[in-house]
Amino acid sequence: MNALHIEGVSFAYGQRAALRDVTFSLTPGHFTALLGPNGAGKSTLIALMTCLYDVQHGDIQVLGYSLRRQPRAALGQLAVVFQQSTLDLDLSVEQNLRYHAALHGMPRREAQRRVDAELARQGLGERRRDPVRELNVGHRRRVEIARALLHGPRLLLLDEASVGLDPPSRQALNQHVRSLCHSDRRLSVLWTTHLLDEVQATDDLVILHQGRVVANGPAEAMMQPHGGDLGRTFAYHTCNTAGAPA
Amino acid sequence: MNAYWYCFSGILMREALRFVRQRTRLISALVRPLLWLVVFAAGFRAALGIAIIEPYDSYIPYEVYIVPGLACMILLFNGMQGSLSMVYDREMGSMRVLLTSPLPRAFLLCSKLLATSLISVLQVYIFIAIAWLYGIQPPVGGLGLALPAVLLVGFMLSALGLLLSNAIRQLENFAGVMNFVIFPLFFLSSALYPLWKMQEASQWLYWLCAVNPFTHAVELVRFALYERLSLLALAVCLTLSMLFTLLAIVTFNPQHAALRKPR
Repeated sequence: MNALHIEGVSFAYGQRAALRDVTFSLTPGHFTALLGPNGAGKSTLIALMTCLYDVQHGDIQVLGYSLRRQPRAALGQLAVVFQQSTLDLDLSVEQNLRYHAALHGMPRREAQRRVDAELARQGLGERRRDPVRELNVGHRRRVEIARALLHGPRLLLLDEASVGLDPPSRQALNQHVRSLCHSDRRLSVLWTTHLLDEVQATDDLVILHQGRVVANGPAEAMMQPHGGDLGRTFAYHTCNTAGAPA
Repeated sequence: MNAYWYCFSGILMREALRFVRQRTRLISALVRPLLWLVVFAAGFRAALGIAIIEPYDSYIPYEVYIVPGLACMILLFNGMQGSLSMVYDREMGSMRVLLTSPLPRAFLLCSKLLATSLISVLQVYIFIAIAWLYGIQPPVGGLGLALPAVLLVGFMLSALGLLLSNAIRQLENFAGVMNFVIFPLFFLSSALYPLWKMQEASQWLYWLCAVNPFTHAVELVRFALYERLSLLALAVCLTLSMLFTLLAIVTFNPQHAALRKPR
């Protein structure tokens, strides 16, 4: 069963189409990069996957649960880190995590056990009582990842999670999420970005351009005809569709 | 069932922690009614004599009359402010986290409304305690009886705030809410003057005040504070709370806001 299956999804803001017949799947336990320039439709897709917007056409399935028909079961399986921080700056790291555990209906003792484990895994055990406001942007992102993984989801969505970080922190965060994915074979990751250097040859890659999926498959195979260069691969796929009819 | 309880207690805990951390919120919520009580009421005391009216047993000074209205003023401002921030937060910020919970959206919204109302109740009681020290001392039994009334009114006004924010895009800033919602609701009610005084001034103003839900909110709290029950006010507040909540849930859709927004 796919971790995520998107089938024929289209979405429009009034007359303006944001997504057009988007179809792709995520292999369980894999790190998949969703690459697209700003305005490609990545955030709209995340809003649909998290039930913030209603799917207008097509269907999205998380671990086989349809967001249209079984939204609660689907939401229970996924975790999301949004582009803009959604932490309470005035609350401590631990309080932010406990709030999330409560939203998933977790008993207090169980929540505390998971908070302890997740903070240790993210290397944040020492900062648990610090107000989030006192953390740097990189650490705040880690807190958001810890929070997202608290309820044991099988699918982690990151919507341009590296925005606002300096290049070393960006790479560190990217590596950190990859290591989470590798160490936990049950976890699938969808990493959305517009930055080429966040994609590796071993990733599965989906290129989204002007609301359409223009390429989809293992990054290495996709890059092969273009001399193994992601920049040229990306340019090839996005330029070919630049004048495509709506 | 337990999952629902853990979820609600988590939402309430978050509101309580935010309330404790953001002391300026409490101070600004209290300064407004206290200014009215100390400054406005002192000035109007001479101009406005209050005859014996229900639920009071004797002549009362003006300060005593306006305390329930000012308590409801706290609920009105908090309700509108809280709901406005829910709308602002729904596309970015904490509402997105709330909405990724697998529990039903209607439950999440009701929990949020109830949690913010409970925090408002706390503020109202701090205000009543200060008023007590100032010399306005309702019967002790009334303080307990007023609790469910204050909570019901807080919930009703929060639900109204959410409904209005969902329905009217122009209300997405607080100035609009002040001018078109808070001021008309507050001034066209029995918060500052008894309705019979309004009737003396103008019949149509009297009718506007009589149908204003905020009038019934103030009277429910006023009667409860003096150990009496206004059945009419209770019926109106209960019915409107259910109606506003239902409509607010039905109309709460972040997608509508996104579609309305020019992109």
